[in-house]
Amino acid sequence: MLSIKNLHAKVEDKNILNGINLEVKAGEVHAIMGPNGSGKSTLASIIAGKEEYEITNGDIDLNGESIEDLSAEERAHKGIFLSFQYPVEIPGVSVTNFIKTAINETRKAKGQEEMPAKEMLKLLKDKSNLLEIDRKFLSRSINDGFSGGEKKRNEIFQMAMLDPSVAILDETDSGLYIDALRIVANGVNKLKSSKNAVILITHYQRLLDYIVPDHVHVLYNGKIVKSGNKDLALELEAKGYDWIKEEVKN
Amino acid sequence: MDLKEKLVSSFIAFENQVDIDSYVHDIRTEAIKNFESIGFPTKKNESWKYTSLKQVLDTDYSIFPSKNTALVYSKIEKYLIDDIDSYKIIFVDGIYSSHLSETTHEGMDICLMSSVLNKPKYAPIIENYFNKALKKDGISDLNTAFSKEGAFIHIPKNKLVEKPIQIIHFNSGNESSLMLQPRNLIIVDENSQLQIIERHQNLNENEVLTNSVTEIFVNPKSIVDYYKIQNDNKQASIIDTTSIVQEHNSVCTLHTFSFGGKLTRNNLTFSQKGEHIESIMKGITIIEEKQHVDHNTLVHHIKPNCESHQDYKGIFDDSSTGVFNGTVVVEKEAQKTNAFQANNNVLLSDKASINTKPQLEIFADDVKCSHGCTIGQLDKNALFYLKSRGIPEKEAKALLMYGFANNVMQSVKIPELKNRITNIIAGKLGVNIGFNL
Repeated sequence: MLSIKNLHAKVEDKNILNGINLEVKAGEVHAIMGPNGSGKSTLASIIAGKEEYEITNGDIDLNGESIEDLSAEERAHKGIFLSFQYPVEIPGVSVTNFIKTAINETRKAKGQEEMPAKEMLKLLKDKSNLLEIDRKFLSRSINDGFSGGEKKRNEIFQMAMLDPSVAILDETDSGLYIDALRIVANGVNKLKSSKNAVILITHYQRLLDYIVPDHVHVLYNGKIVKSGNKDLALELEAKGYDWIKEEVKN
Repeated sequence: MDLKEKLVSSFIAFENQVDIDSYVHDIRTEAIKNFESIGFPTKKNESWKYTSLKQVLDTDYSIFPSKNTALVYSKIEKYLIDDIDSYKIIFVDGIYSSHLSETTHEGMDICLMSSVLNKPKYAPIIENYFNKALKKDGISDLNTAFSKEGAFIHIPKNKLVEKPIQIIHFNSGNESSLMLQPRNLIIVDENSQLQIIERHQNLNENEVLTNSVTEIFVNPKSIVDYYKIQNDNKQASIIDTTSIVQEHNSVCTLHTFSFGGKLTRNNLTFSQKGEHIESIMKGITIIEEKQHVDHNTLVHHIKPNCESHQDYKGIFDDSSTGVFNGTVVVEKEAQKTNAFQANNNVLLSDKASINTKPQLEIFADDVKCSHGCTIGQLDKNALFYLKSRGIPEKEAKALLMYGFANNVMQSVKIPELKNRITNIIAGKLGVNIGFNL
């Protein structure tokens, strides 16, 4: 589904990714872990199409089609979704209007009609129930004055509405209380299917108790230095990252 | 002959058209003298530092239109808010157009300045109010000197005027260039309520310069909502002076939507003559190319326990230029004043500019006054956030600008007007967004 080959990227002359290889198949959950500054968030942003980063080498393919020259919106139309580590506050635009615009622009790009109002309303209702979101919340400005937990729940709500094929969740667990974490994880688990894939970027093993990964990768210095199954995450939780750094050095 | 000389010398011709043996004419005579000595403001004048009239005064304007021009309704329909029931006072080239208008004298006066200036019945009210809200300055004196036509509105006490009033001035373009000087007088007596929409519209490519003056008297416990739509073409310039006098427990809200024109200058003054008054000024400016919009506001807090709120948003593209000059004066007696002023701007191009200058003059010691202005670009992270959800760049930018202007839109109380303004904004941003704010 998503295939990343030998990806190198830099920002302002600083190399951040130094040859990433990653194969994500439909129905899989991948966790990408690693110490601070290892390039995890950069990788997420680059897949989503953030323009500040320059890809110097390598390919990103989605369903066999190269996407690295596409704009962020075109990638979204093809099914890439990024749950932001720090969702942006946009005063004056309500969550509902934002998500309606996003859905209809995506449909327009695919040559489809706008979603009928009735269908949209039902979708809004179903997905806000899934994330245990109060309907009043939907008429508030995007992320404006939201708590950390509300912001993250809003991200997963958007994911639910947009139904992406590859969802990248960037530190979705950070700053979440256990109840909010449970709601978010439950939402992701319900959205997971054999047709889509999830990439979890996380610092801690905690989230992986709720969303169980098929593969765990360790990113260090812009490279995937170790891959394994969910046991690797437990090992990292118990031993920290120093032994990985040592392994790389040797 | 420059425009000033031309105006001064045509005053004699003007005197042949009006009743010179009247109270108002004494004021006109005084005003032309003032204009003759003061003249047009120049950039040496502090409050005109960033707005030069030079480019609009160079034209040889006709002062009086040479003939009556009748317009058909279908030609002007799109400039009206036509999906609401409303009173309409419509002028073409400065001349009242009765067949396009809908006025009344039943229980209130929603009519014309010219029809009341010469009637003895209205003499007391004219003597009481005419020219009483204005400060002396060259530009409003010039309007006063030639004042004979415009809207006259007098709402008696305890009256809720259910239909909004639309005051619209058209320039037909029959003159190769025309100067218009409408003069409006609006008096709302105690405990009454009124909504007004004002618009000036040039109908072709000929130059027009409008020097408009509106005096509004908001008597005790009254509520007035005033909306100005400035969405004219690139040959139209306007100097719009609006002076509002409020009495105790009244609320007056004025929205100015400045979306175009060659040069737009707003002189807006609020004087609070009693206690517990609320004065609200809101504005959205969205301009491009070489357009220029200047908001010059003055709130005069004279009595205690009053409030004023100013919220002006500006979006400037290409080489457009904006000015915000907001003065708040709090007199010694005006304790417990709450005055708030905000001016936020987004520059979309390197060549666009805004000069913003808040000015507080506070002589009382127990007041709450704040002001803030910001100038910035569209937030790149916000743009990426919207794009990452599948919203294309152009629409994403428009959405951010919508959001930026939105809190000003929230206070528009006529839904049809709100829709219209939203559509104008969407049109200006070149997008079709499937929802209303």
